[in-house]
Amino acid sequence: MSTDTEPTPAIRVDDVHRDFRRPRRSIRQPGPTVQALRGVSLEVAPGERFGIVGESGCGKSTLMRIIAGLDRPTKGRVLIEGRDVTALPERRLGFLRQRLQVVFQDPMGSLDPRMRVRDIIAEPLVAQGVKNRRDRVAELLDAVGLPAEAANRYPHQFSGGQRQRISIARALAPRPTILLADEPVSALDVSVRAQVLNLLDDLVTELGLTLVFVSHDLSVVRHVCDRLAVMSAGQIVETGPTRQVYDHPQHPYTERLLRSVPSMHKALAGASTTDLLGADRAKPKDVEDKGTAHA
Amino acid sequence: MSGQRVLQVEGLDVSVGRRGLLHDVTFSIDRGERVGLIGESGSGKSLTGLAVLGLLPEDVHARGTVALAGVDGNLLELDERRLSHIRGREVAMVFQEPMTALNPTSRVGDQVAEAILLHRRCSRGEARRAAVELLDQVALPAPAEAARAYPHQLSGGQRQRVVLAIALANDPELLVCDEPTTALDVTVQALVLDLVVRGVTARDSALLFITHDLSVVATVCERVLVMYGGRIVEAGPVEEVFRRPRHRYTQGLLEASDLEQAQEHTRLRTIPGSVPPAGRFPAGCVFRNRCTHATRECETLPPWTGPSPEQGYACFHPAHETAQVGS
Amino acid sequence: MSRIDPGIGAAGEPLPVGGLPRRRAGASLLVGAVLVGLVVAAALVSFVWTPYDPTLVDASSRLQTMSARHLFGTDKFGRDVFSQILVGARTTLFVGIVAVGVAGVIAVPLGIVAAMAPRWFAEPLMRLLDLLLAFPALLLAIMFSAVYGGSTLVAMIAIGIASIPSFVRVVRSGSLQVLSTEYVLAARAAGRRPVAIGWRHVLPNVSSLVIVQASVAFAIAILAEAALSFLGYGTPPPVPSWGRMLQESQEMLFTAPRLAVFPGVAIAVAVLGFNLLGDGLRDRYDPKLEDRR
Repeated sequence: MSTDTEPTPAIRVDDVHRDFRRPRRSIRQPGPTVQALRGVSLEVAPGERFGIVGESGCGKSTLMRIIAGLDRPTKGRVLIEGRDVTALPERRLGFLRQRLQVVFQDPMGSLDPRMRVRDIIAEPLVAQGVKNRRDRVAELLDAVGLPAEAANRYPHQFSGGQRQRISIARALAPRPTILLADEPVSALDVSVRAQVLNLLDDLVTELGLTLVFVSHDLSVVRHVCDRLAVMSAGQIVETGPTRQVYDHPQHPYTERLLRSVPSMHKALAGASTTDLLGADRAKPKDVEDKGTAHA
Repeated sequence: MSGQRVLQVEGLDVSVGRRGLLHDVTFSIDRGERVGLIGESGSGKSLTGLAVLGLLPEDVHARGTVALAGVDGNLLELDERRLSHIRGREVAMVFQEPMTALNPTSRVGDQVAEAILLHRRCSRGEARRAAVELLDQVALPAPAEAARAYPHQLSGGQRQRVVLAIALANDPELLVCDEPTTALDVTVQALVLDLVVRGVTARDSALLFITHDLSVVATVCERVLVMYGGRIVEAGPVEEVFRRPRHRYTQGLLEASDLEQAQEHTRLRTIPGSVPPAGRFPAGCVFRNRCTHATRECETLPPWTGPSPEQGYACFHPAHETAQVGS
Repeated sequence: MSRIDPGIGAAGEPLPVGGLPRRRAGASLLVGAVLVGLVVAAALVSFVWTPYDPTLVDASSRLQTMSARHLFGTDKFGRDVFSQILVGARTTLFVGIVAVGVAGVIAVPLGIVAAMAPRWFAEPLMRLLDLLLAFPALLLAIMFSAVYGGSTLVAMIAIGIASIPSFVRVVRSGSLQVLSTEYVLAARAAGRRPVAIGWRHVLPNVSSLVIVQASVAFAIAILAEAALSFLGYGTPPPVPSWGRMLQESQEMLFTAPRLAVFPGVAIAVAVLGFNLLGDGLRDRYDPKLEDRR
């Protein structure tokens, strides 16, 4: 779709579907399929900060994994900097692993408890056969605001915020151009969250990265992203510049999602829990939650 | 202070071994009042909730008093038998994880009915009807059919509503909610929060709402207690505390979580460092190792400044000292 | 990029230490180590010194009770029981090492491979192992002895092979758990190949399981050797073995019960020792439980 004048998008997702097969319950018929993604398309321009928001089970994590080459779509394709990555086997994804890196949600779970921080951060470098890893690790630790001694420690010796810094350092190690952040601050204390958001902000600006920020937290996405996509039930229901989507949501789901977020300022101005429900207040039973639909 | 006092906690100290987890926690809640207890991980907020329910683990030492309206004596000293009479009747609870709070092998309607039968004299049939009525109150769709469902057949939000129905079954004097919506999606959270507020309002019950989410407390509660390092560092009406925080920790927390005011790409205000693990907070002012205003003076414990335990702060260098700053 | 301001105080924040309060792993580790140490010491001492030649038949000193000359007394052939126990410790350790070695060397890689391999490979493999699991270990050992001749080594290789299926199961389920973690996902995102993931992430993280399983297998092997020797399929005479001592004692159980008690206690000490040691080591080397001291 890109014409000659436009730059190649950093990420292009083309009508991606992803079905999961549930375990079969009877011998005669195969297990039911769950459609985690139902025709998702999007484009992220180089240098953009792109948010993907949605509630649990909406497919945002599946989408993130497919973009990162950690899962494969049932149908459709993903182009990273113009190159189709969906057709390649995992061992030929070297270029993707160098250009695109991921920061995961759980700062404890995403760091191998048996590895020293030095080895954790160097892992992408080892995978790419980079020499002189020692210096690079020291440089990265410094960049994320951790002391050099941290290299010799194990993950459990750090606080949640520090672990997420380690996670960010690892992602930056191979000098990627695209950073995928999957709920990077949801597991952190409020007082630490701001530090990590600032750090991400600084690094993205400084290194000119393209950022894809996946989150369920609308206020965080609003702060971080220029443009966003709202997902629900495996589809993107709305895309647009952040401010426009927040101020003038077009899709009823987006509208409901935004209204449901408790806000300090609105609360101090007198908003109650009933205001979070908005028009649904009269008939709250219609607000059917679908928490476990895809879980 | 108007109305009748429902909960009075005084000088509550809790420790494990030599590690102090709660220090001199004092507060009270009146009938019909909704009070938020705010804190980050390791602040001791959940432990305070457990103490109020007489649910402290075996290996901790607790001193102080927890008094509940309609119950003689200190909750910390009652035996398990007495406590089991009180729980579910005078005081009820809603925890974060609704799946573990429900018995997976029993129909939800039966579980609600059982909660009623435990504390009330009525027939099984009456209890069943009351259970369906309660499920209707918590806005479960088709309550009569939902009553026949097993917990795993319901979604997370629906389960939490069943837990709420059980908690409200005996019109408790006090409802304690510990992060009841943290595991839920935001649209479902909105519904559950509204049900909690409506539930306690209808019964004129007192509410202790424990959470790390400032905006949720601001929306749900009238009064707030800010906890850090096992101490209540600031307390007061929501309006007052969130508009004009006095303790430096409250101030920092508010600034750090204010993503709305800080528009896109502006730097957020941060609190340096991270929350120490429980029991490893500094002596004196618990916040002083992260506080930019800390002085030598802060090595001693700051006294409570304010008209009552319900309103005041414990800080030597409070914010908003002179100016009447609105937001 | 070192210019970037990391946020106030982030760099200055001390690295906090520890996490959860440490579990009391010390006691079982200590007792286990002492008991195992006792067995190892007995085996080592027996190489350089025993009070008597343990195989020396002395008709003049048959069935003597405990005395200063014969610490644990003598058996019906007049052999010194204490010397036999000392030398028997060698057999016991040898037995355990062979059996656990055989099982571990084959089962650990197999378990990890079974966890990482595609279903079409892993499923038949696991069913095949289930088939092996259906064979009683002792029966397998007796069959091996019948085919390859009775010797400790043959019997223990058989015991080792027989314990492979349960070993593989433990390693596989542990590996599957490790493979579902975010750090393995992160390693894949970093571009790590499957072999590196198995070696660098899965193996270290299932090692505590392996240690426990190995200590259990060690204890089972010791018991199996005793049982085989008791049945006459294990260590052939005259090499001293605790199991055979137990067997030889049975006809005199009422006249000289000490002949059963000493090897029995020795076996119990070794089995208990390895079990406790396994538990203790697991707790000690689990980094999540570790507290810096």
